[in-house]
Amino acid sequence: MIDFRIDGKSGVAPYQQIVQQVRQALRLGLLREGDQLPTVKEVVAQVAINPNTVLKAYRELEHEGLAAGRPGRGTFITRSLADGSLAAHRALRTALVRWLADARRAGLDDDSIDALFQTTFRDAAGAGVA
Amino acid sequence: MTAAIEATGLGKRYGRRRWALRDCTLSVPAGRVVGLVGANGAGKSTLLHLAVGLLRPTAGGIAVLGAPPAAGPAQLARVSFVAQDAPLYPGLSVADHLRLGRGLNPGWDDGIATDRIDRLGLDRDQPAGRLSGGQRAQLALTLAVAKRPELLILDEPASSLDPLARREFLAGLMEAVADQELTVVLSSHLLGDVERVCDHLVVLDGGRVRLAGDVEDLLAAHHLLTGPRRDVRRLPASQRVVQASHTERQTTLLVRTEEPILDPAWTEAAVGLEDLVLAYMAPETAPEIAEVAG
Repeated sequence: MIDFRIDGKSGVAPYQQIVQQVRQALRLGLLREGDQLPTVKEVVAQVAINPNTVLKAYRELEHEGLAAGRPGRGTFITRSLADGSLAAHRALRTALVRWLADARRAGLDDDSIDALFQTTFRDAAGAGVA
Repeated sequence: MTAAIEATGLGKRYGRRRWALRDCTLSVPAGRVVGLVGANGAGKSTLLHLAVGLLRPTAGGIAVLGAPPAAGPAQLARVSFVAQDAPLYPGLSVADHLRLGRGLNPGWDDGIATDRIDRLGLDRDQPAGRLSGGQRAQLALTLAVAKRPELLILDEPASSLDPLARREFLAGLMEAVADQELTVVLSSHLLGDVERVCDHLVVLDGGRVRLAGDVEDLLAAHHLLTGPRRDVRRLPASQRVVQASHTERQTTLLVRTEEPILDPAWTEAAVGLEDLVLAYMAPETAPEIAEVAG
């Protein structure tokens, strides 16, 4: 089961935050086909948001073909986003941890690391590498 | 569908001069969680007290769920009201309060009440006066919800609580909304809370309604524009300026429009609920005087 977090200061609409967190969990293999998403009541009791916000997020996930509602039972994951790439995650994560350690040793703080990653990611994407 | 609250030209004057609420025309749709916001003295409590029948209007009229407020036992049973600071009987125990609730409300649901009290871990023998602020607010909410109302009205329900107790209170409130078909109207000046739980917004200022609508629609219709300094009177007619500020070279505007922003000179940013409310609350930028020399 996935736990949602809602960041009130992120500037991202709460329903989009839920959608993004489900997508991310699917990419990382934390959610798989057949898994049940928490009920609307469970989510609102945990993070204190409007029930309609949760319903809207789940509708969006259904629209994207990632989840489906089963009447009287709840909402279930219907498709994974991890697929074949998941096996490569472990090695990539290890390399990333090593890179982060290098960056810290070179004196970069969190913000500098984030800025360097974001600009490199964008540049690489623009050059068609990523 | 019948509106939860329908006010027409509603006004309330205290004494001879002071209008706490004036020319209030408002339709609050059923099934929403409505945030009523405004500065202290804006008329929030007055509007809520008119809606539950604790005050009578000086002018105009108000209907709640299609009937006059507090018109009789049947109407009273349809509306729950939690006044500011969650008033309870300090000498009566938690169990006494539940007994009162059961005896006084024809639609009382004991299952809801006991389930909530158990999950909160409240000691039934504890006098209400010795509960923490958060526990008192939760007990008041339990009574209001177990009555099984169609409309739940809360006046500043969580403003005196610490952040954790406030979050737990709002979670309990949202659970009730998910469980029961319930319209909620709550007043608050905690905009972060309003943004989290409300899907409909009413902004009061100086006793008048400044802004009302579904949050999603309101946010979509407002745009924050930044660009080279210019005269706001030359904007397209479809754009209404809510707030304008200028530096020597730059103009920043909050505009309301249903049309897309086409002028490439503007850099457009999304508007958050907090920015929106503050813009409508700020007296010097009230729409009718948001005129600026160019």
